[in-house]
Amino acid sequence: MVGSPVFLAGTPSGPGSFAKGDLKVAESAVHSTTAGDDPSRRDFIHIAALAAAAGAGATIVWPLIDQMNPSADTVALASVEYDLTKIESGQQVTINWRGKPLFIRNRTQAQIDAAVRDDAAVLKDPQADALRHKEGKAQWLILVGSCTHLGCVPTVGGGEYGGWFCPCHGSTYDTSGRIRKGPAPTNLVVPDYAFLSDTKVKIG
Amino acid sequence: MSGHSTYEPKPGFSRWLDQRLPITRLVWDSFVDYPTPRNLNYWYTFGGILSLCLGIQIVSGIVLSMHYTASAGEAFASVEHIMRDVNYGWLLRYTHANGASMFFIAVYLHMFRGLYYGSYKPPREVLWILGCVIYLLMMATAFMGYVLPWGQMSFHGAVVITNIIGAIPVVGGPILTWLQGGFAVDNATLNRFFSLHYLLPFMIAGVVVLHVWALHVVGQNNPTGIDPKSKADTLPFTPYATVKDGFAMSVFLILFAVFVFYMPNALGHADNYIEANPLVTPAHIVPEWYFLPFYAILRAVPDKVMGVVAMFGAIGVLFALPWLDTSKVRSMRYRPMAKLYFVILVVACIILGFCGAKLPDDQVIPGLETFKILESDLNSFVWLSRLATLYYFAYFLVVMPLLGLLETPLETPETIASPALSHPAAMPAGAMAAPEKKG
Repeated sequence: MVGSPVFLAGTPSGPGSFAKGDLKVAESAVHSTTAGDDPSRRDFIHIAALAAAAGAGATIVWPLIDQMNPSADTVALASVEYDLTKIESGQQVTINWRGKPLFIRNRTQAQIDAAVRDDAAVLKDPQADALRHKEGKAQWLILVGSCTHLGCVPTVGGGEYGGWFCPCHGSTYDTSGRIRKGPAPTNLVVPDYAFLSDTKVKIG
Repeated sequence: MSGHSTYEPKPGFSRWLDQRLPITRLVWDSFVDYPTPRNLNYWYTFGGILSLCLGIQIVSGIVLSMHYTASAGEAFASVEHIMRDVNYGWLLRYTHANGASMFFIAVYLHMFRGLYYGSYKPPREVLWILGCVIYLLMMATAFMGYVLPWGQMSFHGAVVITNIIGAIPVVGGPILTWLQGGFAVDNATLNRFFSLHYLLPFMIAGVVVLHVWALHVVGQNNPTGIDPKSKADTLPFTPYATVKDGFAMSVFLILFAVFVFYMPNALGHADNYIEANPLVTPAHIVPEWYFLPFYAILRAVPDKVMGVVAMFGAIGVLFALPWLDTSKVRSMRYRPMAKLYFVILVVACIILGFCGAKLPDDQVIPGLETFKILESDLNSFVWLSRLATLYYFAYFLVVMPLLGLLETPLETPETIASPALSHPAAMPAGAMAAPEKKG
């Protein structure tokens, strides 16, 4: 280890910072061939001390940062079951799911037809209507009710496409929840859900 | 802080303290004997007014927090409790809520003053940047404070503003969740906002100390923009600046009192007296008036990420301004063309504020249909805000760099004192140039 070139290269302190008497003691103690103390050993101590301090600092800072992430009870999100018989054709209900609104819309045949017809239209975030509902359940459209722009709750039936209209910045969605106009970048999000029976749905 | 100290402590305690902690000397040198340019006008009183505002907000805020409950279930009711049950609670809350608005009125006038007189130009770059940092901290503090009453505007304002973070590609989502402490704005968000709302004013106070320090190192700018050259150009801070600042503060406090006592809700939004409901967004969501220009810029850009970039860029250009302005002349008093562009900038900012309060697709002039091109109606607030946004950025990125090279400035006076002392209005017959020096 004496005179290891790697450590020598990074030596910051010259021998000038030591008194003459100290140098002699250091020389005899570590049998160094150069004038002064053993720089490689000193650098090792510096690097080791800095590394230990950095590691200790990181382990202290991380809990301070991570405490802001969702707590265990927030992460342990319950799923929601909903009885669809309560929703008449053409109606929408809004329920609270994971602190956000969830739209469950019972679409009329005309609304479904309009959505399917627009599969061929120029879409910002192209997706066929058939991929946005469960097979054979075209009337049931289940969406997270947060505008993909900045998270406002769009109003049902608003806008020129008869889907949703966001009052905050004017994003307009069609009857499939696809973005058609305005600043929102993507379609309204379809959450994970499953039909437990013909009239019961489980979201999450 | 230029020159040596003239403080002479009295024998006894003053001298004893001065040798151990020269704090009285610091105050004397900074706020009594400190030389100020003799031609400072009332636009230069807003620094003192802003210190007063910060003091009012901190004092009223500390007492309000003794009665407020930071909990999604109880926050709204606790604010009503302050309004109805706490002794003088209505006064404290109205002072604090309107105090934020008064703070921003003062800071905007302070900033436009700096823009007009070239107070950002060398050697005041660091002073200016520290001011921009204070402004950013003020915006963060005001935003989080507005969330605390947990009304409809509080809640959905918080949703919109925190979701701005989500616009950052790739890492935006996890950062948003981290910031909100959940998957939506909720109790965790409210609690951390309360904590930070309490913390940030003290950080502002810290940066204000740096701001004043930097000011006292480089010295105050003045309406002529030229540096003081001799003692004839300056007056001692006390009594000249203290009295002038004190008078301006009194006038400012009258305006403040008019709001607090006669129209305490004029600057707020009625929807914030409805408790937060995550399932329904108010039909017309607007931020507080002092954020409206930035809100208009955000909405002017059709793309989500670029809208956010433009909004932050609007503040970012302020930081770069000392290096964007190429003019050798500091004050626009001697820059006729710059003066014109400056006035247009002020108008553009007011237009942006106006647009921010309107629905984007509404018509500026109702009924006018001639400006429809393809699918867009140029007679709409979104297009008006696009125009104003364009000018805002052009002022900083095009006009400021080019104008310094193109315009011919007027001749600047030799010293501050020469025009001030020769002006007939300023010098009636028999008046003394420096009355404090006589008798």
